[in-house]
Amino acid sequence: MDSQIALLLTIDGVANGAIYVLIALGTVLIFSVTRVIFVPFGDIAAFTALTLASLQIGKLPGTVFLVGLLAGTAFLMEAVTLLRQKRISQLPRAFLNYLVLPALPTALAIASAGFKLPLAAEMTLALLLVLPLAPLIDRIAFRPLADASVLMLLIVAVAVHFAISGLALLFFGPEGYRTEPISRAVFEIGGATITAQVLLMVCAAIAFSGLLFLTFGHTLAGLTLRATAVNRVGARLVGIRPTRMSTVAYLLASVLAGVSGLLIGPVATLYYDSGFLIGLKAFVGAIIGGLVSYPLTAVGAVAVGILESFASFFSSTLKESIVFFFLIPVLIWRSLASPVHEEEDEEIV
Amino acid sequence: MRLSVERALLAVSVLGLALAPLVAPPFSITLLNYIGISALVALGLVLITGVGGLTSFGQAALVGVGAYTSAWATTAGGLSPWLGLALALAATGTTAWLLGAATLRLQGHFLPLSTIAWGIGIYFLFANIPGLGQHDGLRNVPAISVFGYSLASNGAIFYLIWIIVGVALRLTSNLLSSRQGRAIRGLRGGATMLASLGVNLYRIRLVIFVIAALLAATAGWLYVHMNRYVSPSPFEIRPSIEFLLMAMVGGASSIFGAVIGAATVVLLKDRLQDVLPYVSKNAAQLEIVVFSVLLIVLLQHARGGVVSLFRRWVPATPAMPRSAAEGLSRRTLPPAGTPLLEVAGVLRRFGGLVAVNDVSFAMATGEILGLIGPNGAGKSTMFNLITGALPSNAGRIVFLGTDVTRLRQDRIAALGVARTFQHVKLRPAMTLLDNVLLGTYVRTRAGFLAGALHLDRDEEARATSEAMRQLDRVGLAAQALHLAGTLPLGNQRVLEVARALAADPVLIVLDEPAAGLRLPEKEALAKLLRSLRADGISILLVEHDMEFVMGLVDRLVVMDFGTKLAEGAPAAVRANARVQEAYLGGVA
Repeated sequence: MDSQIALLLTIDGVANGAIYVLIALGTVLIFSVTRVIFVPFGDIAAFTALTLASLQIGKLPGTVFLVGLLAGTAFLMEAVTLLRQKRISQLPRAFLNYLVLPALPTALAIASAGFKLPLAAEMTLALLLVLPLAPLIDRIAFRPLADASVLMLLIVAVAVHFAISGLALLFFGPEGYRTEPISRAVFEIGGATITAQVLLMVCAAIAFSGLLFLTFGHTLAGLTLRATAVNRVGARLVGIRPTRMSTVAYLLASVLAGVSGLLIGPVATLYYDSGFLIGLKAFVGAIIGGLVSYPLTAVGAVAVGILESFASFFSSTLKESIVFFFLIPVLIWRSLASPVHEEEDEEIV
Repeated sequence: MRLSVERALLAVSVLGLALAPLVAPPFSITLLNYIGISALVALGLVLITGVGGLTSFGQAALVGVGAYTSAWATTAGGLSPWLGLALALAATGTTAWLLGAATLRLQGHFLPLSTIAWGIGIYFLFANIPGLGQHDGLRNVPAISVFGYSLASNGAIFYLIWIIVGVALRLTSNLLSSRQGRAIRGLRGGATMLASLGVNLYRIRLVIFVIAALLAATAGWLYVHMNRYVSPSPFEIRPSIEFLLMAMVGGASSIFGAVIGAATVVLLKDRLQDVLPYVSKNAAQLEIVVFSVLLIVLLQHARGGVVSLFRRWVPATPAMPRSAAEGLSRRTLPPAGTPLLEVAGVLRRFGGLVAVNDVSFAMATGEILGLIGPNGAGKSTMFNLITGALPSNAGRIVFLGTDVTRLRQDRIAALGVARTFQHVKLRPAMTLLDNVLLGTYVRTRAGFLAGALHLDRDEEARATSEAMRQLDRVGLAAQALHLAGTLPLGNQRVLEVARALAADPVLIVLDEPAAGLRLPEKEALAKLLRSLRADGISILLVEHDMEFVMGLVDRLVVMDFGTKLAEGAPAAVRANARVQEAYLGGVA
């Protein structure tokens, strides 16, 4: 390998890493607010790309059905809870939150079917369509278990991934899609060729992580999110609603995942289940950050991207194994670097 | 032998299984074989997830390591399948040991997360290594033979599978009722308490993780020599979810739940394969949707699984274990007046707050030392520093001549320090007797193998007699087989004292033992503590009830805002102006 190839691989790796950064940051955000390790997060990214691809070929995206199914289930569950607790007056609001709001982008998608929209509008619509997924999943799968242990929530999260990706097969079909490139421009910088697409990926990663950092560190919304993350009961006592905060966290994180999906769409052919591997690689990055530190997570995610691109140069068949086994030395390093602080779970019967 | 519903059910199942190959159609036997093999994997998951609170999403990959090792050794290497089994166990055990060593010191969720990653990693290895046949797998794997009799037919290997399942269930059940088994059952519900009893949690977790892997390897070995062929797809992450579902359906904390769960899932899968093709042409992918939704619903609404439903009909009746005439041998206590504990310049910060600031004091054996001070004075933090539950930022703590400042909690416990907690830490779902038996952990030796093979019966009987003696001493012997969670709070505190005594300590550290006790109970406790002092046991206690403290202790150390305010005999401390100011506010 000469330096030219190494440079190429590094650029490629950084571009991949940028995608993982966005997903990994979202993962850490959701984990810190809700204690849920949201495994289906990569799926959200892949669904955004598939949604955009469907819009571009003038097909009604499978997301419409997926959102419909989830919204219906969430509303039914909410209605049953409200009826049981005799809080019938709150039914209209549940109807609005769980059926009408998620259905709005769907209605937009159906109304705009048949028109050729500009790329920016299509991308926005794709993002809007995907946004309700994570909060609805939260309502259906995780809220009934809000007080369960991290382990229990993780088992549910893995199960949710398989349920969602199985349903995605029904709605999106088994074919792979690739979206239209956002820009075909190519730059020559210091002897290396860099496509506008790669630049866009890196810039988006920087911009959105910066935005997340600012929201989290310097706004009242960020403060309430952090308060919920530190202590749910305490946050409740000062008037913060943990359920609303988790919805905010899921929406915020979904934007990150959605953007990464839009960016990856033109460079890789995605299938209904591609999100899993993408999400898991982002996880490796998040674990490097110990699921707490945002800057370390970003560094870790880029490292995973670079490792992946070099691994695929040396052995394209074993690259997945190399990336996932890389986790083991990382974990050994973490277990030596940070002493254990046990979560004192109450006995679960 | 005790006649019970459980024993009757067990006898009927064993008889049914023994006769099955004679009467049942071949397809049912194939299903039963799959149930038995899956039950082995599920049993491992019950042990680690249900009982131990760890989990693995890569269990199918471990099955695969076992299956591929034996398949490769018997085809490419031409070895006998029995040697294949030995290699499969060694390879899988080593893999699990390495992965466990890397993750088990970290917080609970890092292990399962990494299992997803390496589960996929191993799968891609199987699928891409040319020597393992890549996606085509390995063919012509030989059948197992026993004394020259080939187990090539499904009906013949059936007996081998179910004998192994029976043995595995028996060994696991033995293990869980042994010394190490109590520690395993105690894993869920916080680490501090177990470590304070001398349990090395990391080691226990590592061992059960490896045990689960060995069960998976055995299942993989049976699977590959039954099918005579191996390919990567049964070892990816989806089947791992099915195994987890099996463990949960049966009831995650019951070992028989593994068999019930395996049967339910295998049979359901068989039915789904008939029905789903009518719904969609992608039936295989839909199967996992059904299983995933089932798993979520189960975790939301019936975490106890099938076994807990059965328990509603037939409640478990814990039997009194055999108890020996003689208890465990006691340690020789150092003579009264020996320097016991020396705390020198100890400091502990929590962020900006200095909870314990440069505190020094010493105590000798045979003494009752009281540590008092207003709320937030740093008393409980001091206790946590002495027992090793928290590391100190500066200073030195010496116990009986050993520097314990940097020692792990379980090592300090082994030196003879036992404690109780301000917020009671018991295992509410275990009996009083089991809770106190946990206290004897540090005095007993039986390992995992001895427990599983029932070689520990003498020691167990003596430990039981010791635990009963301590329960009797605190007046709870009559309730020995009740669950600890059913006791009122005051009695729970007393139970903690009995557990601490069961460790035969040199020093017993009591954090507010009289809180929540009524007057006669307080008097009984004071009497007990005095009799302990008479036996030569040293006592360090934090307590807010001044009447209780003043009448009991030899000396007092007073703390306020993290620093030591005064030290001396009760009367002198009571007269100290600074102490009065701290407790009653300034006079001027």
